[in-house]
Amino acid sequence: MLHFFHKLASPKHFYRISGNWIPWLGLACFGFTLAGLYEGLLVAPTDYQQGDSYRIMFIHVPAAWMSLFIYMVMAGAGVIGLVWRIKLAEIMAISSAHIGASFTFLALITGSIWGKPMWGAWWVWDARLTSELILLFLYLGVIALYNAVEDSRTAARATSILALVGVVNIPIIHFSVEWWNTLHQGPTVTKFGAPSIDIHMLIPLLLMAVAFKLFYVMVLLMRARVEVLQRERNTGWVQELVSDYE
Amino acid sequence: MKPATLPQAFAILLRRDLTLAYRRRSEIINPLLFFVLVTAMFPLGVGADPALLRDIGPGIIWVAALLAALLSLETVFRSDFDDGSLEQLLLSPHPLSVLMIAKVLAHWLVTGLPLLIVAPLLSILLHLSDDAMHTLLITLALGTPVLSLVGAIGVALTVGLRKGGTILSILVMPLYVPVLIFAASAVANSDAGLPVNAHLSLLAALLVLATSLSPAATAASLRISMS
Amino acid sequence: MNHTYTAATLEARDIACIRDDRTLFDKLSFTLEAGQAVLVEGRNGSGKTSLLRILCGIRQPDEGTIHWNGGDIYRLATGYNAATAWVGHKDGIKLELSAEENLVFARSLGTPSGLEISDALEAMELGGFDDVIAINLSAGQKRRLALARLLVTRSPLWILDEPFTSLDTHGISLIENMINIHLADGGMLAVTSHHPVGLDSADITRINLSE
Repeated sequence: MLHFFHKLASPKHFYRISGNWIPWLGLACFGFTLAGLYEGLLVAPTDYQQGDSYRIMFIHVPAAWMSLFIYMVMAGAGVIGLVWRIKLAEIMAISSAHIGASFTFLALITGSIWGKPMWGAWWVWDARLTSELILLFLYLGVIALYNAVEDSRTAARATSILALVGVVNIPIIHFSVEWWNTLHQGPTVTKFGAPSIDIHMLIPLLLMAVAFKLFYVMVLLMRARVEVLQRERNTGWVQELVSDYE
Repeated sequence: MKPATLPQAFAILLRRDLTLAYRRRSEIINPLLFFVLVTAMFPLGVGADPALLRDIGPGIIWVAALLAALLSLETVFRSDFDDGSLEQLLLSPHPLSVLMIAKVLAHWLVTGLPLLIVAPLLSILLHLSDDAMHTLLITLALGTPVLSLVGAIGVALTVGLRKGGTILSILVMPLYVPVLIFAASAVANSDAGLPVNAHLSLLAALLVLATSLSPAATAASLRISMS
Repeated sequence: MNHTYTAATLEARDIACIRDDRTLFDKLSFTLEAGQAVLVEGRNGSGKTSLLRILCGIRQPDEGTIHWNGGDIYRLATGYNAATAWVGHKDGIKLELSAEENLVFARSLGTPSGLEISDALEAMELGGFDDVIAINLSAGQKRRLALARLLVTRSPLWILDEPFTSLDTHGISLIENMINIHLADGGMLAVTSHHPVGLDSADITRINLSE
């Protein structure tokens, strides 16, 4: 098992093995998405308060979960890269940043669309949306820093530290925003009674969450493969690979 | 002979940075003027209604303090990086994180502390009550060191970059959110005659947390960006 | 400076440096003992400065390890820093501080040699400049002030990047003399220079990074 991971951590083997995984991940992701959409759009009952507009939740909530989840993965991979200096972990960390930022953006957009019929405005300073917005800023900081540092390894190490600082701060930011929100008595309509959620609403939610996770892993592998090729462009195995295509 | 002791090195570094700040006095004055000017712009922008100013005053003063801190942040390491002193700090036999505390302390003394001195003036301009002014000073005393400590990590990460300035604000500003929220709402509460103990305790907790974690993170960041 | 340094060894094992995805050098190994010097040569951009920065621990080698008396310098960390003195491209002096203030600070960041600051300035022919603000010194004088750090602290391993930059012939022979005393004392030296370094002892390892 350890041997397997050790082998996987070498960029060359990672490139070869991950290439085989991507189609399967894509297939599984497609299946779960289809099932989730079917359950969410056709099977799940209409909400007595919000009508059908709540169905955007099946995109919004998993996207919001992913935004936080990916940040944790990014910081975790960053720590592994910092401590053990594993190139692949650095690559995973920085490849996650763009995907995480995209999911955060998706959560914000869907949150705002969802809010329009309920609040009558595209944007309301609701605690969750505000936290999500700040999370997007944190992602953008990571990406900006990575792009600004020329040497790719230094850049990866610097962004790992930043991600780690972000992880320490996220709970504090979250708490402070909640606090601020209750203080200013903002709208609290998004608060779902978690225990009372209908089982037919929960199933599509979980299906979509799995689909999003699969999508993340797939795109992560794709991005990481490109990054691996770019970084290892001067090594023998990449040269060979390229000459095979010519 | 033994290496100079750590307290000696700490004291000499602190004194050196304060001497340098004194010899480049404009570095202290500029962020301070900025703080006052930004605050004075708001009544011109939103109107001089005392009730309105009193309402938004705490937020304005704290956002201005945040911007002033950001503006002065780069000076923590910029000149040390440019002239090569930073390499010497990095290669000293003393723990780098302790030296970082000296650097940040010196920086706060010359850029954070002066904000406290002009803050009463600003609270008069924005019609804050005496209680609110009192709370404002406490929040500045607790909050601005956090801004310096957290900001130092950002500066350490961007010190080698040619366009470090704009990136620095993007990195650091989201991390300033909790300080802004707790501090500004404390001042607003006290203006409304509400208790502020919880806010102040939270600010103090942030200060303790930042003091214990940020020097090590700053040191690690410096090592990475200098390599 | 009567005492000799205790014997020490610096050993580079198969180190490599990759900068911006370009390999500057790899599989580089050498050993440096008391009284020996290593002279790093090569064209511009061949990685001379990078090698010295790796040797003093600012930069980590991309492969391989460096050992000080058998211990990895990253394990020793600040313990290794106590044994080294670095003078890089940049002088590392504060222009707004006086010569004396600069050296007081430098001394606090190392092991004091016991030499008075005014004596160190005298030895660098900067006698009487104690209270002069560094911005008023000429480029050569600034360089000599930077090198005076080597005298006020006591470090067995000197790592010098182009120490003779902006020095005139007299200044160069002054520094060469200082280096020769250091090596005779049992010190060690790693140096890059465009100018031929006049060393008494023949115990010099030459590393050419362009070959």
